Amino acid sequence: MDDRCSRRRFLGTAAGAAAGFGLASVIAVEPARATPSSMQDAIRKVAGAATLTAGRVKLELPPLSENGNAVPLAVRVESPMTEKDHVKAIHVFTEKNPQPDVVSCHLGPRAGRATVATRIRLADSQTVIAVAELSDGSFWSDRASVVVTLAACLEGGP
Amino acid sequence: MANVLINVPRQAKRGEVIEIKTLVSHPMETGYRRDQLGREMPRDIVRRFVCTYNGTEVFRADLHPAISANPFIVFSTVATESGTLTFRWTGDNGFSMTESAAITVD
Repeated sequence: MDDRCSRRRFLGTAAGAAAGFGLASVIAVEPARATPSSMQDAIRKVAGAATLTAGRVKLELPPLSENGNAVPLAVRVESPMTEKDHVKAIHVFTEKNPQPDVVSCHLGPRAGRATVATRIRLADSQTVIAVAELSDGSFWSDRASVVVTLAACLEGGP
Repeated sequence: MANVLINVPRQAKRGEVIEIKTLVSHPMETGYRRDQLGREMPRDIVRRFVCTYNGTEVFRADLHPAISANPFIVFSTVATESGTLTFRWTGDNGFSMTESAAITVD
């Protein structure tokens, strides 16, 4: 009887410890998802000290890409595109390419719609971030993860 | 060597937002690859794309090596008046390419 109790107590404690450890590891993993420093630096170069708010921007990328040499990318920003309130620029950054910068598009009220699309290279499965700079000085962003089967830069492709 | 493909509507209503698709043929050599002898292949990319509408800049893009070969760029503009849209690509090794398209606005 006494023996059984201690076993039960042991199991309970072990389970609790395991759950605690699991929780701790989840918390520990969270900061590792933060963007690598080079991409952060590139974003800071564009945005300065301004805060990036998630929203208003929609970054469209396929969740899985077979060919990293040409991944279709589209960025749409919600904006009336008037003289007073428009998107000044759209920047795209990657975290695992040799260089974080991908493209910087400069537009204005004459664009009518804040939408751009192109094809990009991805050297690895990674997160891509789009940052929109608005005329009022605010910055908005969106991110998307892509799994790349054939990485750009490694195979002989262009 | 370089060829250009442009898709602009020939006609548009005043104030209409038109979509423009452009493609220029260019290898966009990243500068990170090596040739068969292991030598680094120097960077050779298109660095800038500018679109002007009757002389006024309406769109500009700074490109980096992460843009795929044969840069394909889609953007939009408001059809304000009849005239010419001029597209200009400039890049490494003196690369320069200009193309234009006429648009009638009514």
